[in-house]
Amino acid sequence: MTTSATPYAVLAEGLVKRYGGGRALDGFDLEVRRGTVHGLLGPNGAGKTTAVRVLATLVRPDGGRAEVAGHDVTREPARVRRRIGLTGQYAAVDEILTGRQNLEMFGRLFHLGARRARQRAGELLERFALTEAADKPLKAYSGGMRRRLDLAAGMILAPEVLFLDEPTTGLDPRSRNEVWEAVRSLVAGGTTVLLTTQYLEEADRLADRVTVIDRGVRIADDTPAALKGAVGGDRVEVVLYDAADLPSAAEVLARVADEGAEPYTDPVERRAHAPVTDRVAALTEVARTLQDEGVGVEDIGLRRPTLDEVFLSLTGHRTATATATATATEQKEHAA
Amino acid sequence: MSGLNPTATATATAPSGPENRLYWALADCWTIVRRDLTHLARQPSIVAWQLGFPIVSVLLFVYVFGSAMDVGAADYESYALPGMFAMTMAFGFMNTAMTVAVDKERGITDRFRSMPMAPSAVVTGRGVSDVLHAGLDLLVLAAIALVVGWRSDGGALATLYAFGLLLLLRFALIWVGVLIGLLVPDQEAAGNLFALAFPFGMISSVFTPPSMMPDWLGTIAMWNPVSSTANAVRDLFGNPVPGGGSWIEQHAALMAVVWPLVITAVFLPLAVRRYQRLSS
Repeated sequence: MTTSATPYAVLAEGLVKRYGGGRALDGFDLEVRRGTVHGLLGPNGAGKTTAVRVLATLVRPDGGRAEVAGHDVTREPARVRRRIGLTGQYAAVDEILTGRQNLEMFGRLFHLGARRARQRAGELLERFALTEAADKPLKAYSGGMRRRLDLAAGMILAPEVLFLDEPTTGLDPRSRNEVWEAVRSLVAGGTTVLLTTQYLEEADRLADRVTVIDRGVRIADDTPAALKGAVGGDRVEVVLYDAADLPSAAEVLARVADEGAEPYTDPVERRAHAPVTDRVAALTEVARTLQDEGVGVEDIGLRRPTLDEVFLSLTGHRTATATATATATEQKEHAA
Repeated sequence: MSGLNPTATATATAPSGPENRLYWALADCWTIVRRDLTHLARQPSIVAWQLGFPIVSVLLFVYVFGSAMDVGAADYESYALPGMFAMTMAFGFMNTAMTVAVDKERGITDRFRSMPMAPSAVVTGRGVSDVLHAGLDLLVLAAIALVVGWRSDGGALATLYAFGLLLLLRFALIWVGVLIGLLVPDQEAAGNLFALAFPFGMISSVFTPPSMMPDWLGTIAMWNPVSSTANAVRDLFGNPVPGGGSWIEQHAALMAVVWPLVITAVFLPLAVRRYQRLSS
């Protein structure tokens, strides 16, 4: 599995990184298949920044090993650097230069030579719809334009592995689609993308596979769909007009819920939901009972659990759920 | 294995061999210098801003306090202006520290470090562009000095040598600036270090001869590297030099070379090591 003919563009084994008294990475493992988009999910402080910094050769690990694009990050950092792109909070663009000057500078530093760097800057500006703003300083750029330039700077060499950090946070829907489109076309061209995010919807949309990291350790690794499955089946969800009705709604949900499952209630959003097996029957039952009891229902429906819920259940109940999910994941891998 | 990526057409020329590596070290250094020159061209106000303090000092000390200053020389401006040149060079390390801190804080440094460029270029590029920058500062300052009546009577060669000594001091302090810029957490902290730069520039022979200060302070001022440079260039310009029988004052010409070399020998390796430690 760890031979040079690895199918993985990124491979990390037991990475350890100590900071002060704590451990930002505490035996972190990661396998990212070539040509896929891989999501790395975790809350702030979970270790995803440190993990990416190690993989991008910015930080030396205290233990474990990692290979990126077939090269060891500590033994052959220069080879790794020629094969990766880095965008987001880990790497920035120059605020004073224009967009074009930025890309030309980075192109020269990637050793493209002056002419090729100029040409490549032009190509990327066009691809990211920045040609019009190319000769304006970055101060004149909107958040979306800046993000696109940042992304372009990470793609100067059409990298084998691109590290993307929350690439669409704070973008309007149109810019977000442009960024996603750019990422997809890169992947279609053979680039592997490691995407870190706190926003699970993004990973759900883009990622083929997701690794959940918490306290420097991988706690789950699966496809978005399988992760959702692991946390439970479909749910019946009701949104009420009055939060005071939540207890009675929870009582009704408890009657149809899977055995041992507690209905979840959220007074702020006036929401309650519970996992169910017999989906349609449960939905009908809940709708009728609530109507009979005169509870004002704003919305009712069936839905799949979101990755947010997956994440909460993984990190919130580490000892029980996380272990169970990890085991489930392993079993699936063996099966696959 | 890398053949698995069909889009990697724009692959970098791999630097093999020592000649190639030297070529890229120089080329990358030049790219970084170009970036800083472009900054200057896009924001000429930076130069004006950084020269603000010495220019205000020139005006204050020559026109406001000048008549009350008696340093034993015929006119105060010919004493104070070479000192002001040296002080501007001394304060220059703050600009270095600020630029380095800003790049580090904004993530530019990390972008550079994640790229296959020559790692030395970030530091050498900083050095070259700061010396160019300091040359520009000196040019502007000398022009203002000429307007307020300062003259060099030392001849062309001595005058050029004097400016060379000033740039040498600035060069040495670059490494102090790089080290500080890498050590401070953010640019705000770098700005606060002006409290440190201020006495370093002022407790010297820049405005008054150390012999006129209390003994203990005078001794500190005499041994301040800024004083050696200030006195050496005063001598080269043919401007009045503060009298003083101490060894350090009598060997200003020597010490104006030795001090910067010592500072460079100590702080250049520290700065480089700190840069390498960014990865720990």
